[in-house]
Amino acid sequence: MEKRYYQPEIETASQEQIKAWQDERLVKQVKHVWDNVPYYKKKMQEAGVTPEDIKGRDDLYKLPFVTKADLREAYPYGLMGKPLKDCVRIQSTSGTTGKRVVAFYTQHDIDLWEDCCARAIVAAGGTNEDVCQVSYGYGLFTGGPGLNGGSHKVGCLTIPTSSGNTERQIMFIQDLQATILCCTPSYAAYLGESMKEMGLTPDQIPLKAGIFGAEAWSEEMRRDIENTLGIKAYDIYGLTELSGPGVSFECEEQTGMHINEDHFIAEIIDPDTGEVLPEGATGELVFTAITKEAFPLLRYRTRDICRLTRKACSCGRTHVKMSKPMGRSDDMLIIRGVNVFPSQIETVLLNNGYAANYQIIVDRVNNTDTLDVQVEMTAEMFTDNLGKIDELQKKLVDDLRSMLGLSAKVTLVAPKSIVRSEGKAVRVIDKRKI
Amino acid sequence: MSIKQISVFVENKPGSMCAMTAVLAEHNIDMRALSLAETKDFGIVRIIVDDVFDAATVLKDAGYVHSVTPVLGVSIPDTPGGLNKVLQILSDANINIEYMYAFLGGKSAEHAYMIFRVEDDTKAAAALRAQGIETVDQEEIANI
Repeated sequence: MEKRYYQPEIETASQEQIKAWQDERLVKQVKHVWDNVPYYKKKMQEAGVTPEDIKGRDDLYKLPFVTKADLREAYPYGLMGKPLKDCVRIQSTSGTTGKRVVAFYTQHDIDLWEDCCARAIVAAGGTNEDVCQVSYGYGLFTGGPGLNGGSHKVGCLTIPTSSGNTERQIMFIQDLQATILCCTPSYAAYLGESMKEMGLTPDQIPLKAGIFGAEAWSEEMRRDIENTLGIKAYDIYGLTELSGPGVSFECEEQTGMHINEDHFIAEIIDPDTGEVLPEGATGELVFTAITKEAFPLLRYRTRDICRLTRKACSCGRTHVKMSKPMGRSDDMLIIRGVNVFPSQIETVLLNNGYAANYQIIVDRVNNTDTLDVQVEMTAEMFTDNLGKIDELQKKLVDDLRSMLGLSAKVTLVAPKSIVRSEGKAVRVIDKRKI
Repeated sequence: MSIKQISVFVENKPGSMCAMTAVLAEHNIDMRALSLAETKDFGIVRIIVDDVFDAATVLKDAGYVHSVTPVLGVSIPDTPGGLNKVLQILSDANINIEYMYAFLGGKSAEHAYMIFRVEDDTKAAAALRAQGIETVDQEEIANI
């Protein structure tokens, strides 16, 4: 495959160049925030830090963190770095608990954000010859607008289907010969499942690549989607708080996502102590937005648990790579004192040949936490023999026990009985909170 | 020689059997026999119908997961000892029965039918035939 980049001089810049950009932009950004965001200035003062203390990337650790709680407290305007008259757009998170996060954008912010998305599309092989179907939701959710803008920048013919209406999605893919699909991985899996049911084989589906993000998905799910749709599936990562999708994206190596370091400085910290961890360590991902004007967050704690690596990548991009998040600490369930990520359960199911549609129900019975994994019976797994089904169920229970370190119940439920999601999948129902 | 039984996955909760039989009723499918194997969470409904292809198609369209399993059908006189005679033959031939169920013989009151699920239905049918007992085929079941 020909190596192609949307902005080659940036994406393949030397480590020294990247550091020089980050040093310069960080110093400027800290001053911008100090001068324009009283909420954060107060936090800096409380921490005894002034803009003069920050001379470059190596001083980043001195700055206080911004957390989701800060966003809630400062809602809606408290963290803005520009007056409203300079802003042209808001986007909002798709469904975290509590108050929604509202992020503001200047035209310049949108421009840079769309550049990031364009880099992701080109990394997935996109050119102006491609037809790019954006099946992420349009609206407050950043998925649709971000990829839509990126697709325009690359020059793809863009089909803004937004999410939902599966029949129409498939009709456009077939009739307009869409080659790139952008949506959540769970919706990609659902589209694949629907097309398979219609009798379409991968070679009858014109798609060649998919850019999937906005929720956790495993390598097994990737293989599943790639096989059903006959595509290469690329991961994309982002948060509304930082712009949206495109903070980082995968290249053809599919071994992690390159963080757009000319716009974001990434750190990994110990989620308990806040201490910065060395490269390669697993911990919470923290981002500092160094080019954003309207919503310039410094040291924002993402709650995503992952690793960073600066190992050279065969694609030629030099920007640091982050591993697929192993889970969000918001998603992390503590069951009988054990940390459980839904992605671990998904891995077990897919390894055993089950479809990726499942639901995790956590409850508390007689003061003990219970974990029930509901799995849809599939035509492939069903047999007339109760004993064989029993064996399958026992195998899942055993595999879950060795993966999670605690015993879970597996319930087989009727096909299609778990509600399909057209946006983010509802994987966990925690009845303990009700 | 063997009969095609349709096995359907249903959840073990109120109304799930009814929802399935509603699909069959709506499509005018006539059941000859039915048996239910249940676990705590789900069950397998095993049915013998007049038209296997039709029934399998409408169930699939309605979203049910099913499989088609070959089973043996044996007509036995509805008299004391009738079943025992058949079981004795299978026992002598060392044939293991995975499950079995009975239904009464439709239009003729003198016969009952037994459905057997065995590992090797050819071997079982041969053992029965050697003792003068014929198995029932799909057509005969459809015409009961």
